[in-house]
Amino acid sequence: MFSSPFITQPNSVSQIMLRVLLALIPGIALYVWYFGPAILVSITLASITALATEAAMLKLRKRPIKPFISDNTALLTAWLLALSIPPLAPWWLIVVGTAFAIAVSKHLYGGLGSNPFNPAMIGYAVLIISFPVHMTHWLTPHAMSGVELSFIEQLNYIFNGVLPNHLTLDAITMATALDTMKTQLHLGLSVTDIRDMPIYGHLAGKGSEIVAIGFAIGGLYLILTRIITWHLPVAYLAALFATAGIFHLVDPQHYVTPLFHWFSGAAMIGAFFILTDPVTSPTTVKGKFIFAIGAGVLTYLIRAFGGFPDGMAFATLLMNICVPLIDAYTQPKVFGKKGAGK
Amino acid sequence: MRTLFSFHGGVHPATHKAESTRTPITRAAIPSKLVIPLWQHVGNRSVPIVQVGDHVLKGQKIGRPEGKLSSAVHASTSGTVSAIDMQLVAHHSGLPDLCVTLIPDGKDEWVTHAGVDIAHTAPAELRHLLRKAGVVGLGGAVFPSDLKTDAHHHQMRTLVINGAECEPYITCDDMLMRERALDILHGAELLRELLQAEEVLIGIEDNKPEAIAAMQLAVTQAGYRKMEVLSVPTVYPSGGAKQLIRILTGIEVAAGVRSTEKGVQCFNVATAYSAWRALAHGEPLLSRIITVTGNVSHAQNFEVLIGTPLNELVALAGSQPDTTRHIMGGPMMGVDLPSGTVSVTKATNCIIASSPKLFPPPAPALPCIRCVRCADVCPADLQPQDLYWFAKSNNFGKAQEFNLADCIECGACAYVCPSNIPLVQYYRYAKSEIHARSVEKLAADKARERHDYRQFRIEREKTEKAQRLAQKERDAAAAKASFDANLAATENAQQQTINEAIERAKAQAVGTHALNTEALTPEQLAKIAAVDARRAKLHELAANAGADDEPPKS
Repeated sequence: MFSSPFITQPNSVSQIMLRVLLALIPGIALYVWYFGPAILVSITLASITALATEAAMLKLRKRPIKPFISDNTALLTAWLLALSIPPLAPWWLIVVGTAFAIAVSKHLYGGLGSNPFNPAMIGYAVLIISFPVHMTHWLTPHAMSGVELSFIEQLNYIFNGVLPNHLTLDAITMATALDTMKTQLHLGLSVTDIRDMPIYGHLAGKGSEIVAIGFAIGGLYLILTRIITWHLPVAYLAALFATAGIFHLVDPQHYVTPLFHWFSGAAMIGAFFILTDPVTSPTTVKGKFIFAIGAGVLTYLIRAFGGFPDGMAFATLLMNICVPLIDAYTQPKVFGKKGAGK
Repeated sequence: MRTLFSFHGGVHPATHKAESTRTPITRAAIPSKLVIPLWQHVGNRSVPIVQVGDHVLKGQKIGRPEGKLSSAVHASTSGTVSAIDMQLVAHHSGLPDLCVTLIPDGKDEWVTHAGVDIAHTAPAELRHLLRKAGVVGLGGAVFPSDLKTDAHHHQMRTLVINGAECEPYITCDDMLMRERALDILHGAELLRELLQAEEVLIGIEDNKPEAIAAMQLAVTQAGYRKMEVLSVPTVYPSGGAKQLIRILTGIEVAAGVRSTEKGVQCFNVATAYSAWRALAHGEPLLSRIITVTGNVSHAQNFEVLIGTPLNELVALAGSQPDTTRHIMGGPMMGVDLPSGTVSVTKATNCIIASSPKLFPPPAPALPCIRCVRCADVCPADLQPQDLYWFAKSNNFGKAQEFNLADCIECGACAYVCPSNIPLVQYYRYAKSEIHARSVEKLAADKARERHDYRQFRIEREKTEKAQRLAQKERDAAAAKASFDANLAATENAQQQTINEAIERAKAQAVGTHALNTEALTPEQLAKIAAVDARRAKLHELAANAGADDEPPKS
């Protein structure tokens, strides 16, 4: 004998996460188009590691493996982490990061639904702190590198660390658009001079700006299909835009345009795919605004004044800490008690 | 055009209403037996006033209301009382309750009955008649209607008549409105008069155009000018009393607040109909419209005598062999009935024959991922994900703080939950625990009060005893002291006397030296001298005769 309701909407955690994975595909496709198929290798490596770690942790925690491994959340963590680190990194980098994300930041905190921090961002934070050099070797888009590694050559570097004889790592990798901007500003160049450098396109970094658009398209799909609500991405992007805009208006030669910030680094994928992780974001509408605005401002401050080129991951993690507090203080008034002043 | 309001959230489950609205309401045949529960309403169980073996007429009262919050129960047809005992009843508790079993005689012979002149009858008398006729809320809450028609001196603005019928599958109100609109309106007008409300708003979901048309036509025909039929958007749970009041008037009635305090009251269309039949025709609540649907061959609405066994009713709609259970009410808030043999009550608006194919068992629950789809659809603006967490961790204080009491258990949260968590079950559990604890606390408070009083009494007695004892001791001490003092005084006095006597004696003695040796006559002196001389001679003789040990002879 079970009790009402006897009917349920046909949806599940697994389907929701699958939709989110699907929404990443436009961005990934553009990534492959501009930077070659190496990213697919890291995604595959990350996925295998995530599923294996998930299964092992479920077994250790004596939980049923099948319903949890098929919920697609581990895969999503894997994909987001793979997209956050340079694709042409040694294979163990993504494996270590993913394993840490799943084992420590997810399962040691109680598994699905109980992790206070975004696992993919924990994985990223661990890698950038432990292996900072490996995390700077971003691929140069083919449009400007002139040299291009074949898929086999990319695999050979990822697994064996061997490049073709005539190439050095510097020839095929570069710092990101944000990183270059930061370094060159430190060296005394103006924003206009830096933007003239060949790595920059119309909005931000050549290639990466288009990938960011791909993620934004996926994000819009998620909003339209009601997998996520608009509050977090809109508030985040607005806060990032406003903060960057104020600095840019005050001193355009030292502070780059807000649009540059939108389409560089992890801003777009973060706004639609990382902040919107339901487990680690607030539950109330007001709380979502506070959380996303905080993350937007922090992202800008870390990018402009912090020690890391991008601030998305740390902004997310810092705001993750505040979620219980935000939720507690933003409880909406319930039916019939809205008029009452409390 | 009146502006309608909306409530937060809501869901749109498939309605499945077409199946049971193809045929008009059919009067269900008199069953082989009627099992009439004596507790079909909110409040106290009514008390049986018939005996086993009694012959009763249709409409004859068989249970009288007990206490203020109670209602009467009647024989649904004429026949013989065959048992008054505990039977399984259609209630979510699944527990048996006291029922009157009636074997119909098939004559369906009415008790003498007649309506009253409503316009010329005092409101208090009309309320009493509603109570005597066993009229209770037929939307499912079965609250005695006589009590709900009392505005408690509040100025009533709006009477809401609920024809929304938002639950999937259920169509009994829809069909009643289509076929008996005028009687519903007469009832609504009657209730309005009792409440002295300014207007009547009849809310019907816009997926029932036939009912809306029928009701609007009837309003025009009857010429009720303070009455308006309003089509409301189809969204579950618009038929919840609080939600419909909100939609039609914009007023929100919080948990624990009487809607009359806000100048509004809400009745179901079937209740209005029954109230009219009871007062205008003298017909107690003996039957109601019930939708029989789900896994049956021809779903439809029946007018069913209260007490009709479920399986006999479902058979009329063509029960299917793979039916495994029966649900009373709709799929969102309905009750899984304990058995197919329970009988229908005043609360039974719908019977859904259910099979695993129709309502498959839920998938295993996953942990909550805080996606807040539940909060998005909650019509009470609650945070179901938090309430779930508190209920699960037995943190009932926090659950109350987060307004668990405002949950109307509509099931919208569980309906959308991607983790398949049976959320409503958790809330019911938490509510019953909170209730049990408050009852326990009340009992404990009483016990503590009693204990405290007892302690106080014991303490008081102890103090009193101690005081008495102390008094006694003090008294004793005082007595002893006075005794000692007396004694001392006596002794002193005695000593004094003695001393005085001694003194006296001494003083006397000074003046009285051996009176008999003074002033002796010469003869006496001579005698003494002679005696002394003899004694001296004897002492001398005794000293000399010491050697031969022979006492000297004198």
